[in-house]
Amino acid sequence: MDQILGNIGLLFEFPVVNLKIILDGIMIGALFALAAYGLALVWGVMNVKNLAQGDFVISGGYVSWWLVQHGFPALLGVPVAFVVMWGIGWVIYKLVISRVIERDLFTSLLATFGLAIMMAQILNLMFGSDTQSVDLGYDTLYFFDGFIDVPIAKLIGVVMAMSLAAGVIIFMKSSRMGQAIRATAQDSRAARVMGIDTEKVYAFTFSLNSAICGAAGAIIVMVWLVQPFYGISYSIRAFVIVTAAGLGNLPGVIAAGLGIGALEQYGAHIFGIGYQQAVAVMLLLLILLYRLIQQRRNRQVLK
Amino acid sequence: MARNKTILYSLILAFSIVAPFVFPNFGTQLATLWLMIIVALTWDMTGGQMGYNSLGNIFFYGTGMYVAAVIAIGLVYDVGDYTNAAGGGIYKFTDLEYFGGMALGILGAGLFCSVCAIVIGSLTFGLRGPYFAIGTLGVAIATGELVSNWDWVGGGQGIALPVYPGDLDTGKIYFYFLFAAIGISVFIFVKWLYGTRFGAAINAIRDDEEKADAMGIHTLRYKLYTWAMAAFFVGMAGGVSAFQLIHFEPLESAYQTINLGIFMVVCVLLGGKGTLWGPVVGAILFHLFKEVTWNYLLGWQWVALGALIVVTVVYFQDGVMGWLMHKRPQWFGIRIEEKIAGEAE
Repeated sequence: MDQILGNIGLLFEFPVVNLKIILDGIMIGALFALAAYGLALVWGVMNVKNLAQGDFVISGGYVSWWLVQHGFPALLGVPVAFVVMWGIGWVIYKLVISRVIERDLFTSLLATFGLAIMMAQILNLMFGSDTQSVDLGYDTLYFFDGFIDVPIAKLIGVVMAMSLAAGVIIFMKSSRMGQAIRATAQDSRAARVMGIDTEKVYAFTFSLNSAICGAAGAIIVMVWLVQPFYGISYSIRAFVIVTAAGLGNLPGVIAAGLGIGALEQYGAHIFGIGYQQAVAVMLLLLILLYRLIQQRRNRQVLK
Repeated sequence: MARNKTILYSLILAFSIVAPFVFPNFGTQLATLWLMIIVALTWDMTGGQMGYNSLGNIFFYGTGMYVAAVIAIGLVYDVGDYTNAAGGGIYKFTDLEYFGGMALGILGAGLFCSVCAIVIGSLTFGLRGPYFAIGTLGVAIATGELVSNWDWVGGGQGIALPVYPGDLDTGKIYFYFLFAAIGISVFIFVKWLYGTRFGAAINAIRDDEEKADAMGIHTLRYKLYTWAMAAFFVGMAGGVSAFQLIHFEPLESAYQTINLGIFMVVCVLLGGKGTLWGPVVGAILFHLFKEVTWNYLLGWQWVALGALIVVTVVYFQDGVMGWLMHKRPQWFGIRIEEKIAGEAE
């Protein structure tokens, strides 16, 4: 308890620490937001809740790591991971996801949970259970007498995450396929009547989600590390963010992603690093509870 | 028909009693099989019969373990000192202390978990469908993480309980019969429960909760009672597990969300959701599959298990009992199809 109070006191004594925590949180949150946006897309368009989201992220990270091991430049990892995970996502869609779309939501939850277990284990068998990362070899910038350290690699990661998000937004707004995806999300039957091949849209959406996750993973391997069993923590955060922001609300997803990144860093600072995962899960429960109370006021339930 | 059933039940009972003596090498596996049956049957109480798919029933298993251990130790020594000394070996238990502590611990674990179910349920039963699943999963993960940071109960190291005082083989048979006793009581209990008004009420909640509510069923109360009953049995099973495993730690053995927590759901789906025998059949099939892959597919066993989950959920969701019911309706006393066929002629 004393330690917790001490940690809180530290925040007020040295306001610069706050800045560092918020910066870290925003950097981590930007990547959470990408995974969460993919989840919201799939959830909104085809009503599938993908618990393997985090494992797509980790797989993308391993694609990039594998490339670097074989002598390719690290920055190439992001587009390659995007393409490779697009293909993997398409295969998974054809084999599994296309058969759970029409079923109840628990089916998709459980099927993707099984997928998550499989993917984590296959990665473990292929690459071993050690943590891996890619060193870009850039310097670290220091501000405020070394209180705040910003590795250039992290800055590059954030810029790439932002440009990826921007690209996806522009694609969804202006391209023909983006329009078709949005139409299917609004009303899949009406979309079918209007001549949209919804099956194709579903396959495209799921592959796009997988590709976004893969690219996010390729960024993560540059700035933090990946390990075959880290997937579940990214899945949980993606669920936290989407539950907080709601579906089809892209600015909300990004804001929630950044906010949750920062909150989690605060939690880790105040309670200790061992509680970081617990803080993320508690946030999920608190958000569920908050939305529950909100709904109960209108005599509704959270469906 | 009734006589056939009596013979079938007596055969199964007789087999369960002689099994550990006939297959002495598989004592622990058979005990685990009973554990799977217990968690599958109790999961089906909410998941199959009431339509609330919880992914967090493992919470009761883990909590049961910890409560049983804390009660058994706390009756004799100070829990904080005991866990601090982890493996120091200076703490001795007499036979009376061991068995007395175990009995009280297991019972206490069941009761404590029932109370937990009522508290957590009153918060989460407003969630429906996937939100309920994610919410309960969240409760289990969060509790595991918090317990692993709680030094009083051993933190991430877990607790080492005293070893069974007799010799090793009697210990195995002893734990087998503890699990078997709980398993048989669960089966008899749910068999009786599904035939009562209570069973009809929770089925009504599964079929249409709004209508059930409108018909005057106090749905929240029914949901809480059902979950509390399930939690009671899972908590007791957890308590037995704690003594059987001797040493357990929070994330891998107590709150093992992705192992037992998901296995119980797969068992039920494999056997057939919402049927009496489904969870039992599913647990047996699943346990066989798991033991075979664990022995012959070393390294790939988890991939095989994940594949089993995906295949079961995607292609075979009615389960064995659902498939039988479809193929052989007369075995279940369903004669609708024949009547319709007769009228058409």
